Amino acid sequence: MSNSTLSSVSSDLRPRTAAMAGQPLLEINNFSTHYVSAQGTRVVRAVDDVTLRVNAGETVGIVGESGSGKSTLALSILRVLPTAARIVSGQLWFEGEDLVRKTDAEMQDVRGKRIAMILQDPMASLNPLFTIGNQVAEPIRVHEGADRPTAWRRARDLLKAVRIPSPETRVQQFPHEMSGGMRQRIVGAIGISCEPRLLIADEPTTSLDLTIQAQYLNLLRELQRAHGLALIFITHNLGIVAKMCDKLVVMYAGRVVESGPVSRIFNAPAHPYTKALLNAIPRMSDKRQRLTAIEGQPPDLAALPRGCAFAARCPEAFDRCRKESPPEFNFDGGRTSRCWLSTATTRSGAA
Amino acid sequence: MSITTETLVLPASSPPRSSARRSRDLPLIPITILVVIALTAIFANFLAPHNPEVGSLTARFRPPVWQAGGSLDHILGTDQLGRDVLSRLIFGARVSLVVGFTAVIVAGVIGTTLGILAGYIGGWVDQAIMRLTDAWLALPGLTFAIFLAAIVGPSMWNIVIILGAVYWTRYARVVRGEVLSLKEREFVRLAVVAGCSRMAIMWRHILPNVVNSAIVLATLMLGVVIVTEASLSFLGVGVPPPQPAWGLMLSDGKQGLMVGYWWLTVMPGCCIMLMVLSANLLGDWLRVKLDPQLRQL
Repeated sequence: MSNSTLSSVSSDLRPRTAAMAGQPLLEINNFSTHYVSAQGTRVVRAVDDVTLRVNAGETVGIVGESGSGKSTLALSILRVLPTAARIVSGQLWFEGEDLVRKTDAEMQDVRGKRIAMILQDPMASLNPLFTIGNQVAEPIRVHEGADRPTAWRRARDLLKAVRIPSPETRVQQFPHEMSGGMRQRIVGAIGISCEPRLLIADEPTTSLDLTIQAQYLNLLRELQRAHGLALIFITHNLGIVAKMCDKLVVMYAGRVVESGPVSRIFNAPAHPYTKALLNAIPRMSDKRQRLTAIEGQPPDLAALPRGCAFAARCPEAFDRCRKESPPEFNFDGGRTSRCWLSTATTRSGAA
Repeated sequence: MSITTETLVLPASSPPRSSARRSRDLPLIPITILVVIALTAIFANFLAPHNPEVGSLTARFRPPVWQAGGSLDHILGTDQLGRDVLSRLIFGARVSLVVGFTAVIVAGVIGTTLGILAGYIGGWVDQAIMRLTDAWLALPGLTFAIFLAAIVGPSMWNIVIILGAVYWTRYARVVRGEVLSLKEREFVRLAVVAGCSRMAIMWRHILPNVVNSAIVLATLMLGVVIVTEASLSFLGVGVPPPQPAWGLMLSDGKQGLMVGYWWLTVMPGCCIMLMVLSANLLGDWLRVKLDPQLRQL
């Protein structure tokens, strides 16, 4: 509860749902998605017991190593998982509806209209055979049944909104006639074309150089502010999280190991994994010759160890960590941590 | 739809698209040949100097006009029944064009549809369609066609359907392969997360991207189809004999080749060659034109 009160204070950009008083836009409860092999013998716990809240207008960053379940979680929200994946438990409450219980046909109305997504490689996200206008107009025509001239007018406005110069001629052009940064902004325009409430961006800047990256992130922020949309930002890059996000969710081996407001986590990380991640960011002032890395490998998600999944790599691990898996501890300021040590932290923090 | 070329990618290097440039791209020779063949087929009644199905036995094996014994009356000579070769070629264009193009289109539509369904839906649908395709491919094409022709009886439209039914498998294989790689492409996944239905994705995003390969395959298949049609005619289960078909003329003239009646095979042979070659060149041009990325180069 403290979580939602906090974010309602921190984010003053919630035009529409402020009336819904503290009700999160997206509420993920004890949610698990597993990949099951064809024989059913191997089960990969890609997303395991994830609980997460996203308020309207809020930006939530999800970080974690490759294979930590970030993308699977994003695909689960839209229910566009590969055939081997199964949603095994949990609920996905979005604007008061459980997405897990919706039929495929109902989900089609959610995708693109209420929840939009920008994929990992926006450079390749445009169909090479159709003009830009055609593709930006497509979701508008699919979801709102708008006729061609209306949809194209909207497409032109959207291109203007994402700062594409001379949108009148650009709508007639093909993707290969655009630069990488422009294509990326066009994908952004497609994302917001039906004015979704939630935009999921899955590593949208990995294929861009740094200047374009910065421009794009600024643009996303502006769009978010202008449309009051919530943003789930999936990334490896903690620098982007610091710049963009209100809330940070750290995932490890399919679980949320730590979550909470960005500034607090950056100042005082509760989970050893988060500490290690923050330590691994190279700094200009560093005297060290080598990059700091986290020793070891993430565990095999098909054969998780008995205790905490991070115990084998954790410098602070003790006996209990190897025997029992820690539950999610909630503590002050809307923070959570899955670490036996955080009980102590909470107490000391309170004292 | 005019396309400007000032892009960020290629600033000054690409020349302006004038209409002169556009017409220079057109493969004029193959288009001309195909248009001439098509017009010949359409206006066969007015162009042919003689009735193609009636000959006079007193005027058998007349050579073309430029050889000794030839006359202006039969510019390309006459065949073993005294029928005018030119007239038969003119009317034969109808059969070859209609059979060739429609059979290729019928096969293409069946094969592309099944290929897209198999590739995109996957699972048991894929298994069912591809195993059927394998079984189909295991049957020798010509034998299978003869078998079908023997069942339904000879007529031009039956041949079209038979050839379509025999040759769809190659499209299905090629298209399925393309679809398998296409459906992993980001723009297809973006369409999924944007809420497009499966049908919409197959129709709008998959189909336009496989049409290229299907068209290239079709131009190659045109030759195979025309030759198969000829073989069927030769074996007596194709286009029924009095009707002039190029393949049939080729087969009929075969015995005369060694005895010096070369025009009976060379003339229809040239026609088939020109048509198949033109179709191939046109297909190659279309392949480039249909790809917006290659279009500019």
